[in-house]
Amino acid sequence: MSSFLSQLHFQLSCALQQRIEICKLRQGEHLILGFSIGGGIDQDPGQNPFSEDKSDKGIYVTRVTPGGPAEVAGLMMGDKVMQVNGWDMTMVTHDQARKRLTKKNEDIVRLLVTRKSLEQAVRHSMM
Amino acid sequence: MDNESQYSGYSYKSSHSRSSRKHRDRRDRHRSKSRDGSSRGDKSVTIQAPGESLLDAESTRGDDRDDNWGETTTVVTGTSEHSVSNEDLTRVSKELEESSPLECKRFLGPVLGGCLGLFALFTPLAFLVLPQLLWREALEPCGTPCEGLYVSLAFKLLVLLISSWALFLHPPRATLPRFFVFRCLLMVLVFLFVASYWLFYGVRVLEPRERDYRGIVEYAASLVDALLFIQYLALVLLEVRHLQPAFCLKVVRTTDGASRFYNVGHLSIQRAAVWVLDQYYRDFPVYNPALLNLPKSILSKKMSGFKVYSLDENSTNNSTSQSRAMIAAAARRRDNSHNEYYYEEAEMDRRCRKRKARLVVAVEEAFTHIKRLQDDDPAVSSHKHPREVMDPREAAQAIFAPMARAMQKYLRTTRQQPYHSMESILTHLQFCITHNMTPKAFLERYVSPGPTMQYQRENGRGRQWTLVSEEPVTSALRQGLVFSLRRLDFSLVVTVQPLPFLRIGEEFIDPKSHKFVMRLQSETSV
Repeated sequence: MSSFLSQLHFQLSCALQQRIEICKLRQGEHLILGFSIGGGIDQDPGQNPFSEDKSDKGIYVTRVTPGGPAEVAGLMMGDKVMQVNGWDMTMVTHDQARKRLTKKNEDIVRLLVTRKSLEQAVRHSMM
Repeated sequence: MDNESQYSGYSYKSSHSRSSRKHRDRRDRHRSKSRDGSSRGDKSVTIQAPGESLLDAESTRGDDRDDNWGETTTVVTGTSEHSVSNEDLTRVSKELEESSPLECKRFLGPVLGGCLGLFALFTPLAFLVLPQLLWREALEPCGTPCEGLYVSLAFKLLVLLISSWALFLHPPRATLPRFFVFRCLLMVLVFLFVASYWLFYGVRVLEPRERDYRGIVEYAASLVDALLFIQYLALVLLEVRHLQPAFCLKVVRTTDGASRFYNVGHLSIQRAAVWVLDQYYRDFPVYNPALLNLPKSILSKKMSGFKVYSLDENSTNNSTSQSRAMIAAAARRRDNSHNEYYYEEAEMDRRCRKRKARLVVAVEEAFTHIKRLQDDDPAVSSHKHPREVMDPREAAQAIFAPMARAMQKYLRTTRQQPYHSMESILTHLQFCITHNMTPKAFLERYVSPGPTMQYQRENGRGRQWTLVSEEPVTSALRQGLVFSLRRLDFSLVVTVQPLPFLRIGEEFIDPKSHKFVMRLQSETSV
């Protein structure tokens, strides 16, 4: 019984987060991902329209360009970026986040994101 | 003597003409001074004459006193008959106090001090004059140094005289229950000084008929120097030491909880008491016993409805058990008296405000009836029939009539009518007219209860206060001391607390360090 419950718990915690793989697109001499980020520990968290907790200083996706590599990979507006290629994104400044996403020697970035709608969907299905 | 129940002195005045009111006023004034003015129609126990708490007990109104007021007290409702005997007691004690003579003890201290001071001042002159009178021929002549000493002596004596007059020669403001320690100390010091100087003078100068006059003059000059130093000591001990604030006194009046905080310096308890009373007469709103308690109609409902019969043989501890049983029973019942209290308060407020509005309108209108006669008016008045020119008193009487009723009703609603007789209102109106005051300034006196000082009458007897204290009253103030100043029907409780020690640090701010940035919320596209 306890092992079944722990399995269930593992699945639930995985389901609240999503792994997204984006292939960078080369445009001229820039590698672009096709979305915009906002937030960071040096920013004002109260102005973030996507966060539930207004003291959350994480990195959020504020815009996704239609047809870009991010939209193709399944990234949505309002996602909170938790990790980029294994690097933690919850306690970084805005500039550090930008740098981690735009490394010139990487073609693919693997993001771990959390989505509010995902959590709510799971919660609704449980009720 | 009509035997009616209590009535306010104004009740007849409202609907009658001015002339008959004058007669009635004179008669009523004789009657109503010692009468309680609380409104009739209350079911409450009549509170004893509040006027006595303002008028001093020894005041000079013996001729106004109504001698028959014992027969015209109201019916006393409520459970206790003790209130009547209380009234009798205070009535008797007040009569005793009224008949006591003017205290001569009040002037004993200053007179003694004055004599001592004069004696001390004339002593150096006596030292100088006596050898000249007694053995002038045998004295050695004394040249310029003596003259210098004469001049300095004269000036020092003049300074002593002027500063004594400035500092010490004022009528005493209070008699203290015990000796004023510092003052006694100083008087003893002065006396000892002067006595010892006289002693030495008698032994060394008068006896052997000393011939060195310069020495005698120097001796007198040294006495004057010593007196100057003693006066400096007196200045510091009596006047300066208590100016530095050291304690915070909280003064609370027991009857209605009015409280104030004061900062004082190092004083003895009795001196602090005098100081507190000085401030009391200025700061505290006047004590109005009519405003004190919840009406009995609210409280009495709790107690009624229970009859307790005791079946014990011995009824010694009957009362305590009975009252305890009643209190317990009353506590168990559902208590709605707060509701009644709330509504009664709201109703009272509303009534007060309504009456006040009527009063303000009436007074404003009354003031429009007169105006000051300017000197350049005769051109106007000579055309019409000459207007009657009045002095302030007549003008006040002329405009008093339309506002009298509103004023009387308002005073009765706010329970202030014992403090303001018609005569006093007229006098105040005359005063306001003379000084060009607006109706609002005229009403300032009646709208809020003023300090007790405003209602005092001038008399030489003074106010009697009793200082109640667990420590001897000449001891100095210190933390945690509590003493109280008692009057006949209320007292002031004074608590002493030291002022906190302040540690003040310093922080320097460079004026160039005030810089600001906008809060960030940037968005970067990647």
